[in-house]
Amino acid sequence: MTIKLTTAAAAIALLFSTGGALGNDKPTDPQIAHIAYTAGVLDVEAAKQAIATSKNKTVVEFAESMLRDHESVNKQALDLVKKLNVTPEDNDTSKSLSQAAEAKRQELAKLKGGEFDKAYIEHEVAYHKQVNGALETLLIPSAQNAELKSLLETGLKLFQGHQQHAEHVAAALK
Amino acid sequence: MFITRAAIVLLSMGAAAAAAPSQAETIQVSIDRLVYLPAEIEAKVGDEVEWINRDALVHTATVEGGADVLLPANKTGRLVLQEAGSFDYICRYHPNMKGRITVRP
Repeated sequence: MTIKLTTAAAAIALLFSTGGALGNDKPTDPQIAHIAYTAGVLDVEAAKQAIATSKNKTVVEFAESMLRDHESVNKQALDLVKKLNVTPEDNDTSKSLSQAAEAKRQELAKLKGGEFDKAYIEHEVAYHKQVNGALETLLIPSAQNAELKSLLETGLKLFQGHQQHAEHVAAALK
Repeated sequence: MFITRAAIVLLSMGAAAAAAPSQAETIQVSIDRLVYLPAEIEAKVGDEVEWINRDALVHTATVEGGADVLLPANKTGRLVLQEAGSFDYICRYHPNMKGRITVRP
């Protein structure tokens, strides 16, 4: 079960390790922008599923904060790419992230009540942990544009906050 | 006559001066990119803290088991300090944001 729950996270870990989908090449700024934006969109979709499914006040409040924050950051990201005249470029990492998220969405759709809550929150912990790892070790160091780098750094601080928030909720569910 | 008047004026000023130190102050803490600035502040009972949230994100200033101030995106929130002590606070939504208020009696 735990292995299944972290499918998406494992996929990200695999993708960002050397020899993964991006190979040994560092991602370009248009690719980084697309990956970061996609990661945000996927978490917004997961949040919507949780808001529609969960009856737990703490879980719904957590999901609402994910929805709010990721939409806000993605709006900033869109404003930035527009200003920089950069067109986000789809890539294998973005595609794999989307596929893993869809698999997770279907998996969660089969669960109800406390089982759903637990699985959703555990996935949120794992997902943010992996995205943060990717930001720290690959995306931020690879970013060339200073403003993009700065937004990613703020994103990292934000997602680290999300990870801690998710860990608190996970602990409360036990 | 003149001396008496001057004495009264001086007395009044003395009374005003004595009252001045207890006047409450507003201490500002800004929030920029998920950081409370300054992270640590000192105040006295009766003072007010005003958090100025410059992020496009909703934050809070929350003392565990105590005050909980909601700080909407790009807005401010206030709290009047009513008891002395040292209070650690966090943002409920981003618990990696940390601040401290030391309140003197």
